[in-house]
Amino acid sequence: MPTVPPLDIDATVVDICRQHANAPADLIEILHDLQEQIGHVPQSALPTIATALNLSRAEVHGVVSFYHDFREKPAGAVTVKICRAEACQSMGALPLIERICARHGVQLGGTSADGRITVEAVYCLGNCALSPAALVNDKPVGRINDERLNAAIRGAMS
Amino acid sequence: MTITVYVPCDSAALSVGADDVAAAIHEQADMRGLDIQIIRNGSRGMCWLEPLVEVLHDGVRYAYGPVTGADVPGLFDAGFLQAGRHDLALGPTDALDWLANQERLTFARVGVIDPLNLADYQEHGGLVGLHRAIAMQRSEIVAEVTDSGLRGRGGAGFPTGIKWKTVSDLPDGQKYICCNADEGDSGTFADRMLMEGDPFCLLEGMAIAGLAVGASEGYVYIRSEYPHAIATMKQAIRIWEDAGLLGPDVAGSGRPFRIKVRRGAGAYICGEESSMLESMEGKRGTVRSKPPIPAVAGLFGMPTVVNNVLSLATVPVILAKDASFYKEYGMGRSLGTQAFQIAGNVKRGGLVEKAFGVSLRELIEDFGGGTASGRPFRSAQLGGPLGAYIGEEHLDLPMDYEGLAANSAMLGHGGIVVFDDTVDMAEMARFAFEFCQIESCGKCTPCRIGAVRGKESIEKILRGEEVARNIALVEDLCEVMTDGSLCAMGGLTPMPVLSAIRLFPEDFDRTPAAAAAE
Ligand SMILES: Cc1cc2nc3c(=O)[nH]c(=O)nc-3n(C[C@H](O)[C@H](O)[C@H](O)COP(=O)(O)O)c2cc1C
Ligand code: SF4
Ligand code: FES
Repeated sequence: MPTVPPLDIDATVVDICRQHANAPADLIEILHDLQEQIGHVPQSALPTIATALNLSRAEVHGVVSFYHDFREKPAGAVTVKICRAEACQSMGALPLIERICARHGVQLGGTSADGRITVEAVYCLGNCALSPAALVNDKPVGRINDERLNAAIRGAMS
Repeated sequence: MTITVYVPCDSAALSVGADDVAAAIHEQADMRGLDIQIIRNGSRGMCWLEPLVEVLHDGVRYAYGPVTGADVPGLFDAGFLQAGRHDLALGPTDALDWLANQERLTFARVGVIDPLNLADYQEHGGLVGLHRAIAMQRSEIVAEVTDSGLRGRGGAGFPTGIKWKTVSDLPDGQKYICCNADEGDSGTFADRMLMEGDPFCLLEGMAIAGLAVGASEGYVYIRSEYPHAIATMKQAIRIWEDAGLLGPDVAGSGRPFRIKVRRGAGAYICGEESSMLESMEGKRGTVRSKPPIPAVAGLFGMPTVVNNVLSLATVPVILAKDASFYKEYGMGRSLGTQAFQIAGNVKRGGLVEKAFGVSLRELIEDFGGGTASGRPFRSAQLGGPLGAYIGEEHLDLPMDYEGLAANSAMLGHGGIVVFDDTVDMAEMARFAFEFCQIESCGKCTPCRIGAVRGKESIEKILRGEEVARNIALVEDLCEVMTDGSLCAMGGLTPMPVLSAIRLFPEDFDRTPAAAAAE
């Protein structure tokens, strides 16, 4: 993800809010749009959002922190979301997740030191008949094993 | 003459390389100078055969699968465009046992049509229900849905017509139709398949609901884990707007109806209807206390129909035929069909739409073909993460709402997750608490604190610490959660936990030595 200078972030935020008519009901859509555009939802953006939507900072913060999707810091170049819900567990997802994290030197939910990869847990991707399942940069990968997942990660990095 | 080839764009198919296969087919056809068109259909639901490629030959669709990009040149060599023989050839698609033994009403078009082709939709029976509804009185539409016996497919099984009647009978004014497409349950993917494979069907069901209750606005709340379903639904809405099927005058009815997509943000609890409504208002997804029910005071405090994707997507066929047609399927008070989703450690996983009353054994063994690992079956979890685990002895239970409830289990959204004999049921019980801890909205104490204490107690059991005492503690905790939780998140987490303890006590019988030896 490119790093965006703070001033531009502010302009981006104002712009996104305006596209949503500064409607408080659109807050979650706004946060999604922001994360899509700059890769994360920085703390510094919250006051601007609050002003635009006429909400308190606490309200905006409360929403951001409630939802698992929004991240405060940029993710790695490749984001891997691996399912650890029951159907995927029945096909060995948990040990697989441990191996993938170890191989790439990340903690589940974290980003590798070189910023290349983020590995996150999700709970069901709706691909439970082809479990274990993952999303690599939003691309679905089913029936994963070490080899298939690592190939998808390599593909996303290149 | 142009030859038609189908390669699914369903995300399950994409997850095993459907795009590569489509690209390879294009390439080979170009190289060989063959005139083909590729239609990206939804999935037929035979997930283990994905990517399932079909060729239309002499008016019949022939299936090949599972196909990889590398298989494609060989398929061309074998003349698959003329339904030629090949190791991956499965014969005419509709004659495959797996499909022929289903009763597809809600999923009749999924995998068959081009999801975003309106002409294709109409050629396969689309819009008949909407047009009939437009010619009916509001109360007649509601009565038709009530008579069909349709019950909510989201989990609770509440009669859809009765919910609609409540909203319809309230004075005119701003009312909403909110489609719950949060589909968070592990082992379920039917909502996703329908949205990706026949999105117009959901729009039609929502438009009919709008007519029936006098609502002019609808929302589809789709979980963010479903990027493809979100994209498809948004495109489908645009196509319907352009065709005058949504907007100020729905299909010449003189009545307005608009639909918007709202994205979830990775919170399981937002599948609970009041939490979903909070989320759609841009707030934290905390559960609202009832009353008032959403039908009376829902989105922005206005009367709101909240229905699952499949409840709404079943309405068009009910209106297109009639209530008596629909209720000929099923048994007792579970009428019509249910989309069962066979998942987890199973050889042939996928979607099976059958009349209620089919046995679990038929689903897991006949359709599913047993475990994927080839090891003995041990357990299945029915109805998602809040559903009970069952054992071998339950396989002959008929799958209907009442039959399962009588056996302390539930159908939920129709998910069946299969486990082989390597499963550790104490670990699964621990996970049930962990999941509740992660996903609790935090509003009430039994759920928020109970989940944490429950997880800790099971961890002690796993370490062999004071096992009997900790099992008793877990059972007490479950009682508190069942009785004292505001919603089914805390209220039903005891289901998987207690069923695991009851059916598989040996897995909880840890001694410090046994635990240490691992
Ligand atoms: C924790 C929890 C999660 C739920 N998740 C979903 C879901 O993902 N999809 C759904 O349709 N219903 C879900 N429900 C049920 C809804 O609250 C509600 O009953 C349903 O959307 C009503 O639609 P229906 O009558 O068409 O089933 C959930 C309920 C609870 C308590
Ligand atoms: S039971 Fe759990 S999820 Fe439901 S309202 Fe209480 S704290 Fe929230
Ligand atoms: S449980 Fe992993 S994809 Fe559904």
